[in-house]
Amino acid sequence: MTAVIQDGTDAAALPAIVEERRWLYLTIPTWQRILAPLVIGLVVLGLWEFVVWQAGVPYYILPGPWQIFRTLITDWGTLSGSLLITLQITGLALLAAVVLGIALSVLFTQSKWLEMSLFPYAVILQVTPIVAIAPLIIIWVNDTLVSLLICAWIVAFFPILSNTILGLNSADHNLINLFQLYGANRWQTLRHLRLPAALPYFLGGLRISGGLALIGAVVAEFVAGSGGTASGLAFRILEAGYQLKIPRMFAALVMVSGAGVVIFLVLSLISHLLLRRWHESAVRREN
Amino acid sequence: MALRRAVEPAVEASRGRPVLQVRGVAKRFSNGTLAVTGVDLDLCAGEFVSLLGPSGCGKSTLLRMIAGLGEPSAGRIEWPTTDHDSHGRPMRDVGFVFQEATLMPWATAERNVMLPLILKRVPPRQAAARADAALEAVGLGSFLQAYPRELSGGMKMRVSIARALVTEPKILLMDEPFAALDEITRQKLNDDLLALWARQRFTVLFVTHSVFESVYLSQRIVVMAARPGRVIADVATDAPFPRDASFRTSPEYAASCRVVSAKLLEAIAS
Repeated sequence: MTAVIQDGTDAAALPAIVEERRWLYLTIPTWQRILAPLVIGLVVLGLWEFVVWQAGVPYYILPGPWQIFRTLITDWGTLSGSLLITLQITGLALLAAVVLGIALSVLFTQSKWLEMSLFPYAVILQVTPIVAIAPLIIIWVNDTLVSLLICAWIVAFFPILSNTILGLNSADHNLINLFQLYGANRWQTLRHLRLPAALPYFLGGLRISGGLALIGAVVAEFVAGSGGTASGLAFRILEAGYQLKIPRMFAALVMVSGAGVVIFLVLSLISHLLLRRWHESAVRREN
Repeated sequence: MALRRAVEPAVEASRGRPVLQVRGVAKRFSNGTLAVTGVDLDLCAGEFVSLLGPSGCGKSTLLRMIAGLGEPSAGRIEWPTTDHDSHGRPMRDVGFVFQEATLMPWATAERNVMLPLILKRVPPRQAAARADAALEAVGLGSFLQAYPRELSGGMKMRVSIARALVTEPKILLMDEPFAALDEITRQKLNDDLLALWARQRFTVLFVTHSVFESVYLSQRIVVMAARPGRVIADVATDAPFPRDASFRTSPEYAASCRVVSAKLLEAIAS
């Protein structure tokens, strides 16, 4: 077969993929995005330290950042163990939310009846405050770890479910016709069309759920208030509060926030890697 | 220049056997709108036929029914040369090109063109080879791994045409495929489509609202009128193929355009 000659108009209309200057592997705008908030953070921490020192605020009211940092190091043994437990609960709850969220949204999009009958209950589960149901779950479920897991899952589950349903239903109408035309069955349409079309929506839900799973795990542990060897960061915060070890309270708080930020960054990275070749959200264009 | 009423079922022997027979087809939507009524149309193997008409004349609806997307409310669409499945339904063998390229944004050009073969359970290796050949044929041999967002509008449409042709269908159905493109790209794609047609000899039913496009491309132009959608004329353009840029400026082309324009005006006035 002879190739058709390339038309100049078409080739010239190719979007320019932006090639930017790099410094230590990162582009200049990326450096700006990293450095600007970092500078603000350092300035605020410096001011905080200065005010605490200048006004002589006692450490059991408000410790300075330096003291918090030192506590973080001295108490690392206890705190890191608790961090691991909190992360475990968060991770497992998120995993359960992903598996059940995808499974249920696929079921719902295959059967309108199932969606009509069950979706309202998913909404009820979502809008009922977790603090209010957590005590019940803790009473009903003997194992503390499992009850915490259930609480975190309830909070993390809904964004994945509702986003994935939206994604599965938003496949291009003409593409659906095309699949019909070639006699595609349900499974083929799901695998080759609906699931890929839902991917950006699912990833959006996943990023929200990652943070919510952590919040769910912390809130549930606050309610459970259980001690013992297997205690998460929330219990360490409670414990430190009772003992007026305020620097330790802050150190645990820093770890919870840090974990949340890391979870968000990891999920954002996964999202970027999966979408960068094709989705508008991951593409940078020069106008 | 010959004028023929579409209702005459007589088919010239030279045009080959009819592969598609539309008989008295009507479509009424659930809201009561009569989209098309009393449409008769024959399509012979290897023919290039355009459906021309103002917007709202039901030409897209007709095309979709022929593709099997929606059943006619009355009349029959028959495929005399096609096998039927156990339920007596024709195993339609069509390729469809939409007004937009309608590509899967998450898949490369190659994967997009492989889709119809994958859905028909052709082994992936074989599907890839056939997709590559189809993309080569539309001039995109060096863009196999490009994603749709990396391609211009005209190139996306070429991928779409390659996808429609990769199954080597009996009939290629095209629904205003070049309407959204600029004039230069459109003319280029018209030429390339004719070159492909001359090489591979598939049958084309091409929906358009451009008189000039329909005269340039087709052997027959079926003119439709709106409210309700119906066929009012079947005009043959006798100019020989291959047609090229010189045909666009020929008196013959101008004369054909005049005849077809007059029919279209009639269609709008009625």
